[in-house]
Amino acid sequence: MKLNRVAVTGMGAICGLGNTLNEVWSNAIAGKSGITALERQNTEGWPVTFGGEVKNFKLNPELMDLKDQDRFDLFNQYALHCTDEALKHSRLLDANYAPEKIGIIFGTGLGGFPHLEANHKIFLEKGARRVSPFFIPSVIPNMPEGLVSIKWGFKGINFAIASACASSAHALGIAASEIMLGRQDAMITGGTEGVITGYTIAGFASMKALSKRNDEPHRASRPYDLDRDGFVMGEGAGVIVLENFEKAKARGAKIIAEIIGFGASSDANHITAPHPEGLGALICMKQTLEMAGVAKEEVGYINAHGTSTPLGDVAETQAIKKVFGEHSYKLAVSSTKSMTGHLLGAAGGLESIFCIKALETGILPPTINLDNQDPSCDLYYVPNKSEMRNVKYALNNSFGFGGTNSSTLFKKAD
Amino acid sequence: MELQDKVIKLVSEATKMDAANISLNTSFVDDLNLDSLDMVELMMKMEDEFGVEIPEDETENLKSIGDVVTYLKSKSH
Repeated sequence: MKLNRVAVTGMGAICGLGNTLNEVWSNAIAGKSGITALERQNTEGWPVTFGGEVKNFKLNPELMDLKDQDRFDLFNQYALHCTDEALKHSRLLDANYAPEKIGIIFGTGLGGFPHLEANHKIFLEKGARRVSPFFIPSVIPNMPEGLVSIKWGFKGINFAIASACASSAHALGIAASEIMLGRQDAMITGGTEGVITGYTIAGFASMKALSKRNDEPHRASRPYDLDRDGFVMGEGAGVIVLENFEKAKARGAKIIAEIIGFGASSDANHITAPHPEGLGALICMKQTLEMAGVAKEEVGYINAHGTSTPLGDVAETQAIKKVFGEHSYKLAVSSTKSMTGHLLGAAGGLESIFCIKALETGILPPTINLDNQDPSCDLYYVPNKSEMRNVKYALNNSFGFGGTNSSTLFKKAD
Repeated sequence: MELQDKVIKLVSEATKMDAANISLNTSFVDDLNLDSLDMVELMMKMEDEFGVEIPEDETENLKSIGDVVTYLKSKSH
């Protein structure tokens, strides 16, 4: 069976680094940190008081009216905001695809935790009769897809993928396969997450997963550095428009890159800790290269999962070395989480955008705060400053609790 | 503030509609375009604001601002 080629034709991004694709990318290649003390909530008594918080966000009322903005949790709003940007970027609405041939699959790790917490408080304090009728619609993980479909009239596939911090990377792979198989002509994909609350932070902090560098937020996310002490919560979204390559070309769309391979695997090891040698990560990187039919020597850049946890950074590094052999010292690896924090279920969406921009511009975003490199992490991580390097293939890695792994391979446009 | 004005103010804030466009005759469904979930939320706000309990079968009869004002008046005697 001949598979269709899959083109990337548009992108939209929001995170602690900025509220548009251009802002996010220009701050990323400038090596800026989007991590600050948290400003939206009173953080008194929280074990961690900083994160990669989105700033000055106000959703365009044309995308969601003001009364609904009070009702719908942040991850819904980030998805609409970024979908709007990606649709404009791709000019998809000028294409004449049938509505049922345009689908939506996002990844979301947790869903509407802020509203879940708020309604639980109301339930305890005021009773069942005061729980909002919008509580359930606001928090279910697939509502961003529903809202996008309603707003723009897309009538194709519509569901969410939940695989913790690998969610949006898996979403991209499944969305791409919908186009490869010819079931859809265009897909809106990527991921969205907005769960920076005291309760969520407390949960991750109890797992000892978070950095506690409260006095130096901008230096807290430091993958591969000897002084790393855990990941930093981020939030936001990364939305990508994918199209059937030939159809996109026929309509005169600008093709930014292609998705040519993806893989998905399990560690079968532990609920939250990575496999010590990165075995699951190794399987899915290999699968990805095999599907793409690309030799490992051709891959020039990896946007790593690299969360800045003591175990995870080492395990992923070992997996990369096993997959790429000698070439692992020639390719460039970076963790943009050093600047954005960890967007959890949205990480793969945003970081795939970084891969695509790297292919498009020939600029590799850096790993910042890499002052004292851990000898167990001995690859080239584009330390502290972005680098000009022409790359033809870029790989994104995303891994999640539950021992789930995903990789995606992007090819520079011809 | 008159009861009527209080109800209009509450509906205006809940629906983000200009209070100047809301009167006793304003219908929740036809004029304000509220669906069943909107109505549940609005009735919760009424209950909080006016300290009454509006039974579910009663809310079906409250189709306009005027209906609500009349209902609330009947409860206050």
